[in-house]
Amino acid sequence: MMPGGGHVAGFVNCDETIERLYYYLDGELTEERRVEIVRHLDMCGPCVGAFGFEAELRKVIANLCKDHVPDALLDRVAHALQDERVRQGN
Amino acid sequence: MADQAEFSDLAMEYMSALYSAALRMTRNPSDAEDLVQETYLKAYRAFGGFEAGTNLKAWLYRILTNTYINIYRAKKRRPEIADVEDVEDLFLYRRLSADQPSGLGRSAEDEALERITDTEVKGAIESLPDTFRMAVLLADVEGFSYKEIAEITEVPIGTVMSRIHRGRKALQKALFEFGSARGLVGASGDGK
Repeated sequence: MMPGGGHVAGFVNCDETIERLYYYLDGELTEERRVEIVRHLDMCGPCVGAFGFEAELRKVIANLCKDHVPDALLDRVAHALQDERVRQGN
Repeated sequence: MADQAEFSDLAMEYMSALYSAALRMTRNPSDAEDLVQETYLKAYRAFGGFEAGTNLKAWLYRILTNTYINIYRAKKRRPEIADVEDVEDLFLYRRLSADQPSGLGRSAEDEALERITDTEVKGAIESLPDTFRMAVLLADVEGFSYKEIAEITEVPIGTVMSRIHRGRKALQKALFEFGSARGLVGASGDGK
């Protein structure tokens, strides 16, 4: 662990790493910032554990949030679009 | 300019994702179906203004989101001003990984992730206030970027980031509570 304290250019501590966790996982960091995080993760088991968990949790959430589209809805939308087409054609 | 004749070919493949989002937003299958149908009708009518080659999925989500806000918020007398409480970083991870022997077999937090059910995830998302629910859905379920979410929801990117981050933490707390209710997590606590 690298607890808070003096900031060394190019190096980030655990607090800064966890603060940027979501930006990192979202792919929203600049390359420079991203490299700092990667460098920290290379040396820090606890942060790797936290990042791994958050990444996995996100996959679980996305995978479990799927719903089957009822056939009736597919039919409804197709008919609504067909009616609209006819209406516009007139 | 996009050709209306192409609309069905291009747009229908997103129905499954739009329907899931509509279910989370309305929390009700009948309203979700109405919302999806209305979204497709509006999108069809407006398709001439869609710039071919740009992000059709994001464009459809923008219509879905606007339609939801117009129909369902209008039903309420006052707009929802609900907030989420501040939840600490790594809320779920810290609770699941605490007090376990390390290095032996699968970790408690990995096992807890495997036991989460779709009912719990959907229920936890649906428990979030509107604005946070949408931000988390668009980011974590649909994988939109901050910039895309800012365009879809028509709010500044800083607001989007704040809503996503706070919404995620609130979601973790809700998931923990749903899991605790089922006895899936927190067994190392009071043991009841």
